[in-house]
Amino acid sequence: MSPDTNTVAVNASALPPKAAQPDPTLSPTALARLEAMAAAARRRRRLQAWLPWIVILGMFVVWEIACKGFEIPPFILPAPSDIAASMVKWWLPLLENSWQTLMTTLIGFAFAIVFGLLLGIAIGSSTLLYHGLYPLLIGFNSVPKVAVVPILVIWFGIGTVPAIITAFLISFFPIVVNVATGIATVEPELRDVLRALGARPSDIIRKVGLPRAMPYFFASLKIAITVAFVGSIIAETVAANKGIGHLMILASSRFDVPLVFAGLLVTAVMGVAMYVAAVAIEERTTGWAMRGQDQQQGVPGV
Amino acid sequence: MGHSLFAFWNGDLMERPFVEISDVAMRYGGVEGTLALQGTTLSVRKGEFVAVVGPSGCGKSTLMRLVTGLWPCTAGSVVVAGHEVAGPLSVAGMAFQNPTLLPWRNILDNVMLPLEVVEPHRRRLRRERAAYETRARDLLASVGLAGFEQKFPWQLSGGMQQRASLCRALIHEPELLMLDEPFGALDIFTREDLWAVLQEVWIRRRPTVILVTHDLREAAYLADRVLVMSSRPGRIIAERTVPFPRPRTLETTYGAEFQALVHELRDHISAARRGEEVVNVA
Repeated sequence: MSPDTNTVAVNASALPPKAAQPDPTLSPTALARLEAMAAAARRRRRLQAWLPWIVILGMFVVWEIACKGFEIPPFILPAPSDIAASMVKWWLPLLENSWQTLMTTLIGFAFAIVFGLLLGIAIGSSTLLYHGLYPLLIGFNSVPKVAVVPILVIWFGIGTVPAIITAFLISFFPIVVNVATGIATVEPELRDVLRALGARPSDIIRKVGLPRAMPYFFASLKIAITVAFVGSIIAETVAANKGIGHLMILASSRFDVPLVFAGLLVTAVMGVAMYVAAVAIEERTTGWAMRGQDQQQGVPGV
Repeated sequence: MGHSLFAFWNGDLMERPFVEISDVAMRYGGVEGTLALQGTTLSVRKGEFVAVVGPSGCGKSTLMRLVTGLWPCTAGSVVVAGHEVAGPLSVAGMAFQNPTLLPWRNILDNVMLPLEVVEPHRRRLRRERAAYETRARDLLASVGLAGFEQKFPWQLSGGMQQRASLCRALIHEPELLMLDEPFGALDIFTREDLWAVLQEVWIRRRPTVILVTHDLREAAYLADRVLVMSSRPGRIIAERTVPFPRPRTLETTYGAEFQALVHELRDHISAARRGEEVVNVA
């Protein structure tokens, strides 16, 4: 699961180098300087947009060269070209199984959002519930989910249901914790603004707690969606007859390592795509929480 | 104070002050906790502008919270508009030292927040949204914020945020306006501007105002009556009526009489602080 590290690297990329460009005129007028700064900012933004693709492409190139150069056999580590060939050859099963995985993951994730939001609101707005339920939640979360799958199979049989439940179990915890934190850490002053008006507790949650928790909620969605894939694929590798996890187990039992890697790659792409979707929703709904970054990345003085 | 209480039991409501605080005490953190207020007694007539000044940490903000019902007092009674205060009051509008605007709402929506909470506006808001919105826009325009309705709080300067916060305290036309050092975090020029704005609003609507401040010029400029509190545990140790005619201007504050009044208040505060030292020695 590389999407997290990817984005972090992009966000943390160096701050604008002070207009390294030499001044175009002998006597530097304010206008020329502003233009230079604007151009530098534009270049930096372009680089920032292309950098992830360059890094990914670079990784594949190094990988390919290493495999060919050291003559690593494909059943140990297949070169990207082998994986691509395998993808073309097995495109239909890959598509069918990845669709299955995507659906089970999204269903489990949807349950996690609903349940996580409700429980997070409850825990965040009541200290009693918080202290009562938190130890139990942590206990649940500490159980390795792969150990739960056999139980789910006993209860629901082999198939889609255990995968959905595993995806749900693994992804609801970060949502609960984040929503609860967002609501519990509302500034007392903001709460007082509403309390002084005679607002009911439900008003305070709706008008202050929930909006305030939204940035935390979306931050947790980015984590939850990637771990939801982990959940469904774990379940598929243990007990399923469909899905990317099942396909990879089949492929590895036949020593078709390029196909295993193809499955991995498809999973990574799905994870990144879902992550990007979560980020897009986050930016549209909680722009107010990101206000500082706009100014930082904006063109200075324009 | 005994008299006003007596008047209450006789049912003489006309004479009755709008806010009556009788022998109130407030202690934080249990039996061994800090005593913030003790034996505090004061009353405010309807439509009166009262300022409470005092050394820092004397329990001024505590007093505000007791009057609005945000906290219960440990002894004594607080009566507002004829009712013992038992919980938060919806007849009160409140502004704090920080603007405390909600960052996810634009200025217009921030100002309209009390309408979504306080009855009877709450019931009417959906139907009469346009009328209420006009009211909010007018109010914003009256404090010089026309054209900023769609801006978000962080896009405004501190002074503008504080103006918006003042509008939010006024939008539901509260009978009681509680201002807890509302201009404390602003520079002196912005502060003086906002004094004029606040005075104008008060002259137009005549709400009952209790202003807590540590700025003696602010108190003398705005209030009909200035109350001085002792250091902790706070109680009222002096009271001074401000005679200057309204509307007062900045020019008023440079007059000899005004200066003498501020000076006198300052002496009271100094005495109060000396009192603190004596208590510490004993």
